[in-house]
Amino acid sequence: MSVLKIEDLHVSVETEQGTKQILRGVDLTIGEGETHAIMGPNGSGKSTLAYAIAGHPKYQVTGGSVQLDGEEMLDKSVDERARAGLFLAMQYPVEIPGVSVSNFLRTAKTALDGEAPPIRSWIKDLDSSMTALRMDRTFRERNVNEGFSGGEKKRHEILQLELLKPKFAVLDETDSGLDVDALKIVSEGVNRAKETTGLGVLLITHYNRILRYVKPDFVHVFVAGRVAEQGGPELAVRLENEGYDRFLTGANVE
Amino acid sequence: MALASPAFVPVQTRSERLASTSVTDFPAVTGLEFEWKFIPLARVKHLTEGALDGSPTAFTYSESAGTAVDWIEPSAPVVGTAGVPEDRAAANAWAAVEKVLHISVTGEDAAELVVRRDRFGSTPRAAHVVIEAAPNSKGVVILEHHGSANLTENVEIVVGDNAQLTVVTVQEWDDEALHLSSHFARVGRDANLRHVIVSLGGSVVRVNPSVHLVSQGASIDSFGLYFADAGQYFEQRPYIDHQAANTRSRVNYKGALQGKGAHTVWVGDVLIGPHADGTDSYEQNRNLVLSEGTRADSIPNLEIETGNIQGAGHASSTGRFDDEQLFYLQSRGISEEEARRLVVRGFLAEIINEIGSPALEERLSAAVEAELVQAEAVRASALVQ
Repeated sequence: MSVLKIEDLHVSVETEQGTKQILRGVDLTIGEGETHAIMGPNGSGKSTLAYAIAGHPKYQVTGGSVQLDGEEMLDKSVDERARAGLFLAMQYPVEIPGVSVSNFLRTAKTALDGEAPPIRSWIKDLDSSMTALRMDRTFRERNVNEGFSGGEKKRHEILQLELLKPKFAVLDETDSGLDVDALKIVSEGVNRAKETTGLGVLLITHYNRILRYVKPDFVHVFVAGRVAEQGGPELAVRLENEGYDRFLTGANVE
Repeated sequence: MALASPAFVPVQTRSERLASTSVTDFPAVTGLEFEWKFIPLARVKHLTEGALDGSPTAFTYSESAGTAVDWIEPSAPVVGTAGVPEDRAAANAWAAVEKVLHISVTGEDAAELVVRRDRFGSTPRAAHVVIEAAPNSKGVVILEHHGSANLTENVEIVVGDNAQLTVVTVQEWDDEALHLSSHFARVGRDANLRHVIVSLGGSVVRVNPSVHLVSQGASIDSFGLYFADAGQYFEQRPYIDHQAANTRSRVNYKGALQGKGAHTVWVGDVLIGPHADGTDSYEQNRNLVLSEGTRADSIPNLEIETGNIQGAGHASSTGRFDDEQLFYLQSRGISEEEARRLVVRGFLAEIINEIGSPALEERLSAAVEAELVQAEAVRASALVQ
């Protein structure tokens, strides 16, 4: 059983006004195959958590730990974390001119596995994932994220999730900006990855719409850089009805 | 009353710049002139004024159907029909050559012609090439440059009506090579010239193409790719002269710079003349800076003398590595070194893919790859220190 364990995580960023503390002691434990939804108001630090786990250089970890099966991730480079089994589906994936989707995916798969995938089975996997995500074949020859619509970018992120087969994935507002059809397609992709690989998911979202399609085992409410409350799926329903107001009174939101 | 002597007035429009085949019409070069402002003049000044060996230099080429290669006299009528020197080094070469290398494309679907020029040696030399595409012809001419050189030359390109010609000039000179090359192109009615400059090797390499779209429907696709390492100076100044109506130009140059003293210059001039109604033009230059201590000059100029055009735009950017691109690739397990290579290769691939010769594209991809491996080694050793 794989476990991703986040303990007392403190993270800050450098801003023009000086150092700003964003995460103030996050504790989360995600088991294999589990889905944890992180919900919370804007500015509560949800995306910072995602990027800090992945190792983005902009975020300075000032305390705590992130362990994957007992191994400290915070000491590792971004690519080492990915090779250990972490994946981040990004909210705003960048364009990489001149690098085709097919070249990018094959390079990533080769880096993760330590050897190039057998061509026949790789093409088969790629085809079936793209078909399931309703992605046209021509997509493979396009440059990574270049000229992609918002929905295409998100589907491309989930395509990677399916093909790269990480142990744990952080989905950073993957549902934002999607219409309901695209949301269903993307959700199906996440569910397929869970079924086939026992993926553990940290689903960061601003809305609970996606939770109708990707069922969370746990819901954590994130306020002012830490988990303010946690519960089962029923907590999401309550948040839908009540909003975040009761958490914000008295909370130190900058 | 005598007229006061006119004050010095800088050239206002590109078409009014001095052009002459006589070296004495050009004042001695000081380095203050805009044409000579960036170049390390000490390394090349002798090519602007000194004696030059203008005897024919041996070369090799592939026999290709629909093309012919021979030496002609400088007095031949075709010489000078595509353009006339606009700087002193080009004029110095013009006067010195004893024979002109004449490449003709006559086939309606001619085979690719590769001319390998690798025997210039270190003596200061002059050369002159005329590439002539007959009306309705179609072909690809590749000039490959290797070995040592101390060369100033003129390259004329005459594209007949309705012809489609691709000219690629590849500079993979030895480290000490000096090469000043003025290209002049005259593109006829409904004809298209695809002009590609690739500079990867040499000490000082300057290739300045002046392209005249003289008849309606003429078009130019002008591409450039350069990768300057420590101490290398690469310059290119594409000038697109829209003279006729409904002409089209696309200019796209991309460069990478790596290592102390690597310096590149791009000056893109587009002139849309008073009779060039319906012109559609766009020029851009992008530079990727891979290390400290490099310099990329990028200057787009656009002159428009008619109000009735379809479009005219320009873009220029010089930037460091995009850390977000690195983060994205690394977050997929790709090592930093490989991610950097992927990004630079992708950046330059846009130009390589436009060359239109699969064999050359493959070879240049490999050459760029070798530059990248070398660049990574330099970067890694710099990090260790």
